[in-house]
Formats: sequence, structure tokens, C-alpha cells
Amino acid sequence: MFSFIARRIGTILLTMLCLTLVVFFLVNLEPNLKKLAISQTEMHTPADQLESWLVNHGYRQNFFLRYGQWLGVLPKHPITDPATGKTTQRFSFCNDPTEPTFSGVLQGDFGCSTKFKTTVAAKLFPALGATGLLMFWVLAVMVPISLLIGILAGMREGSRTDRVLSVASIASTATPEYVSGVIFTVIFASWLGWLNGSAASASQGITFYNFTLPVITLAIYGIGYIARMTRASMVEVMTQQYIRTARLKGLSFGSVVIKHALRNALIAPFTVIMLQFPWLLTGVVIVEVMFRYQGFGYTLVEAAGNNDIDLLLGCSLVSVFIVLITQLISDVGYAFLNPRIRVQ
Amino acid sequence: MQIEYISAFDVVIGVLWRFWPVWVALILVMGASFSYKKRLGLYGQLFDSGVGIAGVFICLFWLFTAIFASTISPFDPLAQVSVMKDTLPGAIEPTSKLIYYFGGDKLARDVFSRMVYGSQIVLIIAPAATGFALMVGITLGLPAGYYGGKIDTLLSFLANLVLAFPVILLFYLLVTPGIMDTPIPYAMAGLFFLFPIIFFSVLFWTRYKNRPDRLYILLGITLVVGGWVYAGLVFDKDPLKIVHIDPNQLNIFVAVVFASSPGVFRIVRGLTMDIKTRDYVAAAQTRGESPWYIMLWEILPNARGPLIVDACLRIGYTTILLGTLGYFGLGLAPESPDWGTAIKDASRLLRSFIHPALPPTIALMSFVLGLNLLADSLREQSMKD
Repeated sequence: MFSFIARRIGTILLTMLCLTLVVFFLVNLEPNLKKLAISQTEMHTPADQLESWLVNHGYRQNFFLRYGQWLGVLPKHPITDPATGKTTQRFSFCNDPTEPTFSGVLQGDFGCSTKFKTTVAAKLFPALGATGLLMFWVLAVMVPISLLIGILAGMREGSRTDRVLSVASIASTATPEYVSGVIFTVIFASWLGWLNGSAASASQGITFYNFTLPVITLAIYGIGYIARMTRASMVEVMTQQYIRTARLKGLSFGSVVIKHALRNALIAPFTVIMLQFPWLLTGVVIVEVMFRYQGFGYTLVEAAGNNDIDLLLGCSLVSVFIVLITQLISDVGYAFLNPRIRVQ
Repeated sequence: MQIEYISAFDVVIGVLWRFWPVWVALILVMGASFSYKKRLGLYGQLFDSGVGIAGVFICLFWLFTAIFASTISPFDPLAQVSVMKDTLPGAIEPTSKLIYYFGGDKLARDVFSRMVYGSQIVLIIAPAATGFALMVGITLGLPAGYYGGKIDTLLSFLANLVLAFPVILLFYLLVTPGIMDTPIPYAMAGLFFLFPIIFFSVLFWTRYKNRPDRLYILLGITLVVGGWVYAGLVFDKDPLKIVHIDPNQLNIFVAVVFASSPGVFRIVRGLTMDIKTRDYVAAAQTRGESPWYIMLWEILPNARGPLIVDACLRIGYTTILLGTLGYFGLGLAPESPDWGTAIKDASRLLRSFIHPALPPTIALMSFVLGLNLLADSLREQSMKD
């Protein structure tokens, strides 16, 4: 087991290295650098000054050299005036060093956000906290509801309850966040006026009024999928020999479901819930933009829209890490929950 | 100037009437399918369950809407009639006396016509991109599952690499306007569009190796048609000027194929690993068939059930992806009538007007729902066998 986890962590690190290299390559394409230079200098700057801004801030150094600097295996250099030899900080708003230092991701320095004029860490981690709060409530709503629907549907396969709930879960998987968000806003905010169509005020403090719409919008897409997986798993368990034995012993249907079927049927949904995180990440971006909630997704869109290189790299590092670590947890957890696999 | 309105009842009747070519086509196709369902194989079995009928109905509805879009929609989807700005559903356009059935949006365009034309964009890009993703996934997944070992490790690592990217980040990186100035989208298109040609060439080669008369004809057709479409799509140099794709759309197309082919790869690889242990594969190996013959003519036909179901779900998923792209204003032109862009435009103004938001959302939802119902009923039917 230990060597399995160690090997998986090795793969995760390799994957993160490859992915950040790809992202680094894409954000450093010529048109993207131009866009960055234009947004960072005054209006109508002539082309040669844009070029000198890029050279000054180190964007014209060798690609791998700069990747190494970002990673922290090569030293970052300050701006040096060729005439006087005096050094100045690259970005004054980030307290960049005035001497060459090793300061990259490996040292815990995620770099400097050119859009928000602060360090990436100062922007990214509060945003992650805000999104974590959103995620917590989404999971708190999504998991119990979807498990309940799945169990009720899978308990008696082919019954009327099963049919209705199955079609409802198919409908919910057919409703992406930007569709359900609009529909819920129309119903609950525009017509009924019960809830707030914007979660901008949720940064100060969440209330039922401003936080419900983002949470249910995000939850509804996942509910159908998890419910269907739970149903499939429940249906399979209900056909097993030990369920029939328990029924023939004279146990009531309810206690067979709760005591015998549930524990076995909930192993597969655990994996599914864990693997749901990558989808939730995309959903988070849509929902946060739609309801103007200042979290991770909002930061990612701002970073991508302004080609904020370091912030975007930080965002991709975080999201890739979340995706891979949840995969690992789901694999390990599955082996842990399912004794048949543990023995092998 | 005062805009006149028709009643809500007239709006419903009018909309149903505008769709008349769709109803005619639906009655013909559904009627024919019903009467011959015994002879139509898997497609005919769909008509045995309510879910299947609903799925086929919704999918065909949008298919015919896309085909007859110009007849159904009363207005040009891009035309702006300034007096109709933000009008409510049922407004009568003063000069032509035609009706804005679902009202006008903030740029005074007809919401109904835009919804109808939006179906064209979705129904062209989503199935085509899914088709290409299937080709890429199958061509790479078969050898990965069949040979295992180093090929499998490498290809699986690459597939997991793409799958580890959150889709939205991938799109922000791949579908920016700036990337059109670089050769990246064209290189990726060149790579992806090669796969169908390789796939069909190998398919025919392995089957008709010993029958040159058939082989040369089929290979010739594959290479000529494939090369022609390839030249048109990747280099935009179709000698006959028929195959043409906007650089923007090419970029979207490539990004969508790139995002969804690893998923197909994983499914095909898993199915191949399962099927290669069967007796008929062992029999073919004993006969001395070549590995590619076994993969394409023994394993692939037996994996078709799950693949068809997956393709249905994937078209729906691709529709959602296209909507996401439109919602973030990536790739598609800002005035494009596709559903995602329309939802983005309308959702910003929900506080003042809700009517431009509802038609595209319901359209997108119903189409994806139709595909999901279709997939569900296909899965149930294939399990019965």
C-alpha cells in the first residue's frame, strides 16, 4: 500500500511539472506577452517601449531559464540599468528582491500578480478560502440529497419511484450551471424575490439570502450524476445472495436496506463523489462569475482574461493538485472501504 | 412609436405554427420508424419504451429545426430592428407585420429566430467534434489496451495529463484570440484530422489485404475524400471551395476534440482490455490474424454498445462545453446566435428583462436532455440482449 501511494505521488509531481510547463508555454506565446505589455504600460505606448518593458521585466529571457526561475531552481534577477549598474525591483508592489535570489514555487513564493498588483499568495489563498466555503455548502447539500435519491430509486428497481427519480436525475445532469443558474435566478430572484441574484455581498458574510442560489446551482448538476451512480450500485447490491438470505430470514425490507444493503452500496458513490471535484471546479468558475462571488473561479477568469502569468500558473497548480489528490484519495479510499480489494 | 402585442395564446399557436416543417418531418420519420420498428435493429427497439421515444423525439426535433432553420425563423438572427429593442414576447414588428414571438433582446434582435439559428451551430459542431474525438480515442485506445506495456503507460499518462486540466482553464488557454496568430491550432488540427484517415486506411487494409480489387478502390476513396476534407479544414485550401471552416470555429473545434478525446481513449482502452481475454480473440490469434485486424474487426465491433451510449452522452456533454465557451465569450463571434452566447448576454440583464434568457436556456437543456434520455434507453436495450 505504501509503495503504491509513493508511486502515485511521484506520478502526481511529474504530472504537475508537465502541466505547468504546458501552461507556462501557452501564457508566454508572443500575442499573450504583447497583451500583457499593453495592459501594464500607459495607453498608446509605442511598440519599442512595449518591447523594452518586456525586456526590462525579464520576459525576453530564455524560456527554460524563466521556467526554472518560476520553479525556484534558478535565481530571479532584478532589473539592472545597463548604464549605471543600479538594480531596481522587478515589481515594486510585490517586494521583489533587489539581488538575485532563489525565489520560486519550491521556496513557497508563487510570484507576482500583475493584474491585482500584489503577490499571488495574497490574492490566491483568500480566494481559495472563499471557494472552500462554497464547496463545503455544496457538498453538504449535494451528497445527502443525491444519496437519498439514489437509494430510494435503486431500492426497488423498475418501480414508479425508480422511474420518476431516474428521469429527474437525467434531467438534472442535462442542466449545466449556466442554465440552472439563469432559471433559478428568474424563479427565485426575479419572480418570487425570495433570494438575491448576486452573491457579491457574501464576501462580507454569508446568509441564506445571498448564498442559496450559488449553492443550489452548483449542486444540481452533480446531484443527478451521483444519484444515478448510487442507484446503479444499489440495484446491484439488492440482487445479491445475502440480501435474499436476509429477507428469507424474515427481516423487514426497511432493515434489510438500512443494515445490509446501504453499507455495500455506498462504496461506489464515494469514488464518484471524489471524482466529481474536477467537474465542480469548472462549475465553480461559472457560478462565481455568474453570481459575482470573489473566489477561486473568479480569480482564475480574471487571471486568464488579463494574461496574469504568475497568478494563472498558481491557479493551474492549485486546480491540478486538487484534481490529482482527489483521484488518489478515491483510489486509496476505495481499496480501504472494499475488503475484497484490500486482501489482494 | 407604439408597439402592438398579440396575446399569450396567439404566441403559443404562432410558435407551434412556425415549426410546421419540423412537425411534418417528425410525423413522417416517427411514423415510418414505428411501422418498421421490428426491422430497424437497435434503433427500432428504442420505440419500445417511453423514455426512448421521448429521446428520439427531442433529438429529431432539434435536428429538423437546424435543417429548416431558414424556413422556421421569421427574421435574420443578426438583423436589428431598433424599435423592437427589449420588447416583450408577442410584439408585432411595424414594417413587415411579422411577430417577435419571444420578444427582442437588448440589441433589438428577434430572440425566437436566434434560438432557431443557434441550433444549427450546436448541431454541426457537437456531433462532428464528437466524431473526431471518437476517431482519436479509438485509434489510440485500441493499441493501448491491446498491447499494454510501454505504449499503454505513455498514452495513459498523456490522457491523464489532459484530463487533469480543468476544462475551463484549458479553454482559456487554447481558445484566446491571440492564439490564432500562432501555428498551434493549425498544428493540432493537422494532427487530429489525420486520425480518421489513418483509421479508415488501416480498417480497409487489414480486411482486404488479399483482395486488391476491393482494397485499392476503398483506399483510393479514403485518401481522396480524406485528403480533400483535410486540405479544406486544416489549410483552408480546398480546390473546389466547398469545405471551409472559419479560423475561429476551427479553434473551438480543435479545443473541444482535444478536451474530449482522452475520455473516449479511457473507455476504449478499458473495453479492449476486457474483450481481448475472450475466446474469439484467442481464436483469431490462433488463426494468425494481424494485431490490427483483431483490434479493428474483432474487438471494436464487440465494443460498439458502450461506445454508442457514450457517443450520445458525449454529444450532450460537447453541447454543454460549447455553451460554456459561449458563456465566457471564448472563440465564437460576439453576435453569434449560439445558445451559450445568448445565455451570457441575457443573464447580465436578468434584473430588468428575463424573456431573452429563457428560450436559449430551455433549448440547450432540452437538447441535452433528449440525448441523455436516448443514451439511457440505448443502455437499457443493450443490457437486455
